[in-house]
Amino acid sequence: MDLAQLLKDLSESSGVSGYENMPADIITKAWSELADEVRRDALGNVIAAKKGKGHGKLLLAAHIDEIGLMVKKIDERGFIRFATVGGFDFRTLVAQEVIVHGKKQLKGVIGAKPPHLQAPNEQKKAYPEDEFYIDVGLTADKVKELVRIGDMITIERKVQQLAGSRYAGKSFDDRACVVMLTACLSRLAEVNHNLDVYLVATVQEEVGTRGAAVAAYGVDPDLAIAVDVCHGEFPGVRADRGFSLGKGPVISMGPDTHPKILDKLKEIADEAKISYQLEASTSAGGTDAWSIQVARAGIACTLVSLPLRYMHTSVETLDLADIKEGGRLLAEFALKADRQFVEGLPCF
Amino acid sequence: MFLKELSEASGISSREQEIRDLIREYVKPNVDEVFTDSLGNLYAVKGKDKVGPKVMLAAHMDEVGLMITNIEKNGLLRFSPVGGVDPRVLVSKPVAIGKNKVIGVIGAKAIHLQRPEERSQVLGYDDLYIDIGASDDEEAKKLVKTGDVVVFATKFQELGDLLLGKAFDDRAGCTALIELTKCEFACPVYFVFTVQEEVGLRGAGPASYRVAPDVALVLEGTTASDVGETDEANYSTTLGEGPAVTIMDRSVISHPGVVSMLFKLARENGIPLQMKRTITGGTDAGKISLSRGGVPTAVMAVPCRYIHSPVTVMNYNDLQHMVKLAEIFVQEIAQKGVELS
Amino acid sequence: MKELLEKLTQAYSPSGSERSIREIIKAELANYETKTDALGNLIVEKKGNGKKIMFSAHMDEIGIMVTHIDKEGFLRFDFIGGVGAYNLPGERVRFANGTLGVISVEKLDKIGDLKRESLYIDIGAESREEAEKLVKVGDSAAFISPFIDLGNRVVSKAMDNRSACTVLVQLMKELPETDNHIVAVFSVQEEVGLRGATTAAFSVAPDYGMAIDVTATGDTPKGLTMEVGLGKGAAIKVKDRSIMVHPYVKEKLIELAEKNNIPYQMEVLEFGGTDAGAIHLSRSGVPSGVLSIPCRYVHSRSEMIDYRDLEAVLKLAKAFAGADLQ
Repeated sequence: MDLAQLLKDLSESSGVSGYENMPADIITKAWSELADEVRRDALGNVIAAKKGKGHGKLLLAAHIDEIGLMVKKIDERGFIRFATVGGFDFRTLVAQEVIVHGKKQLKGVIGAKPPHLQAPNEQKKAYPEDEFYIDVGLTADKVKELVRIGDMITIERKVQQLAGSRYAGKSFDDRACVVMLTACLSRLAEVNHNLDVYLVATVQEEVGTRGAAVAAYGVDPDLAIAVDVCHGEFPGVRADRGFSLGKGPVISMGPDTHPKILDKLKEIADEAKISYQLEASTSAGGTDAWSIQVARAGIACTLVSLPLRYMHTSVETLDLADIKEGGRLLAEFALKADRQFVEGLPCF
Repeated sequence: MFLKELSEASGISSREQEIRDLIREYVKPNVDEVFTDSLGNLYAVKGKDKVGPKVMLAAHMDEVGLMITNIEKNGLLRFSPVGGVDPRVLVSKPVAIGKNKVIGVIGAKAIHLQRPEERSQVLGYDDLYIDIGASDDEEAKKLVKTGDVVVFATKFQELGDLLLGKAFDDRAGCTALIELTKCEFACPVYFVFTVQEEVGLRGAGPASYRVAPDVALVLEGTTASDVGETDEANYSTTLGEGPAVTIMDRSVISHPGVVSMLFKLARENGIPLQMKRTITGGTDAGKISLSRGGVPTAVMAVPCRYIHSPVTVMNYNDLQHMVKLAEIFVQEIAQKGVELS
Repeated sequence: MKELLEKLTQAYSPSGSERSIREIIKAELANYETKTDALGNLIVEKKGNGKKIMFSAHMDEIGIMVTHIDKEGFLRFDFIGGVGAYNLPGERVRFANGTLGVISVEKLDKIGDLKRESLYIDIGAESREEAEKLVKVGDSAAFISPFIDLGNRVVSKAMDNRSACTVLVQLMKELPETDNHIVAVFSVQEEVGLRGATTAAFSVAPDYGMAIDVTATGDTPKGLTMEVGLGKGAAIKVKDRSIMVHPYVKEKLIELAEKNNIPYQMEVLEFGGTDAGAIHLSRSGVPSGVLSIPCRYVHSRSEMIDYRDLEAVLKLAKAFAGADLQ
């Protein structure tokens, strides 16, 4: 499996929360080559089963949706006003290229007032959110013919390869972690592992970890690991909130972490000489782990994260080496965690 | 009752080991079965095979506190809150860290070194550190580690006619639940000590899904603001006037049938009972009432002043009245069932 | 249907106290066997061997709850659901037992100081003792405001969401011939967090969910930036804060509207939620949509809808009930 290519394909595909078909098709194809069975559930979660020795049922989740925009009004001159789907910093939208997913794909730009026309000191304030619009270069009639209220809009950005094994692009949150699951699956295809593994590319995480909630109910696992991005270190980020790129995945400690899974992950990483970092996070929530943990009668759960700089921009930056190390960690876990371990999870 | 022991035990949300082990020892002799689930909820079951409505009584074991998020080069510890902790209550307090209860203090710049305007500024989580006396990170790491949890180092004691301690929210409810395990009931009763209430009512939903009760009663410690400058309209509850029943809060509208049953029984048995007179906050009842196809649920709570701070104050009589009324309530349910209207 | 609309909007039932509206709806659907669950949801079923579709319209309304009665007999209160303080002075309320009261406000230095805590209710009592004979702490009240007919446009309190209840009652009275298994849920406690629909969806375990609710409009002076307007037909929701409507359900509704010449408009709402938010996350997921009735001045005492939109929503609901679904 060419992980860099998969990362590029997933990143450049469009799949705003609720409309994840394009990346879902890509991952279905990739996983079908490696898993026993791949299916989609009622909300569109992609679920791949990879049977092991039956020591227990492990769910691995990473989300494939991305934040995006949605047409909410087309004005009399054909400019498109939009709503957001997921959390945007509007300052990152100024002068961006976008794709409007109408009857056909339309290229658009988000306008910016030139300095010549600005009042003095205007540049010291961010643009007000209600003054943003998209220009697709067509007349109002033509726009209304091609674009419907409720159509999706995505940021257009090609993946950029930076120095070494670092890449920049959009939607690495969290498709980079879907790539990590794929790295794990590639390894599992070659070994006889203890746990039955269910990989889930979840939908609608960015609007409230919704896909994971129903996927966890449907799969009904014994234990689960959610995989999502955390913040990469960067000037101005507190040392306990930002993690190094290239030093391995981050194992999280917080309310949605089962202590025994945490210890097991650390033990397995040490044995297999996988480098990892530790995060103590009390601001739980905001990842699929939050939904999975409380599904049905409660699921032993934890969170593994990938350091990512500039989250929720279109130049999110990561190190491919971390993806590979993370995949190795997850695979080693599925290989080595056994029945006795699984049966011990409810025993506090 | 074991209020002192429970109050002094540590059990930050999702790290409830110590308090859970303590409660397990107390309830074991009184019930048929004790077990835990994958989140750490503790279940004590009595009369599982009896006929009659299945009753779930719940109280949360966890308390608010802090977690160490980083050990700085100079040996000071960075931390974040677990649950709702107002940083203004932290300044100038001792705390206990991790399993070994390493003692640390949360200091502040001396008043002599401050500019006058600094004194009106809140010291927030970006400004506060815990000092355990370590001279650098190497020494600190021998005593504590990132991810360790931190509790207020408050000793349980009498305060005039009242009681002073930490975590009466919800160790008061846990104490009541332990007392109730001693009673004999004619119906199946599940005593559930839940986890992670303070970080979003996390434990109760899965617990209720597992138990699938016919009716549930949540026993809590709740806000009382019957003090100082507070207008009487904002007291919420009053110490010494009996436990308080929640009609509505941000998480639940208590089942009207259960609420009126509680008031009727209180009246008939001469037990003081008040209404909670604000609708702020949320409890496990929010999740329990919405699990599966819905569960008639109500909340009864011991009024506590200065909740979520190192110095919580309550009246012991309110707790005793709560135990008594809860017992009578379950007996009544066992006999007459749940009135849905 | 207008008479029914008037009857339902005028009924008293804030969240948590839905008994009276439930009894009225039950009487309207006396031909059906109905069921009331633990939270008070009213569930009405037409069995069938096809897909199970759960329609949901919440029957609760916003209101207030008394939190304190002072020595002079004035009541202090908090809100049930999304009530704004700024337009309350001068409004009137009614309690379950028929007690009436008016809302007023303490003397303020600036109008901007108006907040919930500065409001009180006067029920005409001269002392705490007299007031407590009529009302006690914990009692709920609903706002009162008469139904007015402006022709196509009609106005009342509680158009949110009794207009949708009207549609759902009418739908059950006029169900098309279909194999589909239709379940109508008149849900409780939507205004405090989609609670009734949460438990009802679990019990019903439907194949599809369809909430009927009101939505905001962008057709008033210097109002919201949104395309929805009164009189432009049934609104087919694409998203709000509680749901991304399932693409299949959305496209199906558009297809049915076009095939049956039912006027429709697309809706993107940047706030708020509906029962569908709870239904689609039930168990292992339920593809769900929302049929919205455009409504101006939502959560005021003068919510305005266009009667023609109501008819369009009913037609589209009927078409969906009878649709051949995958």
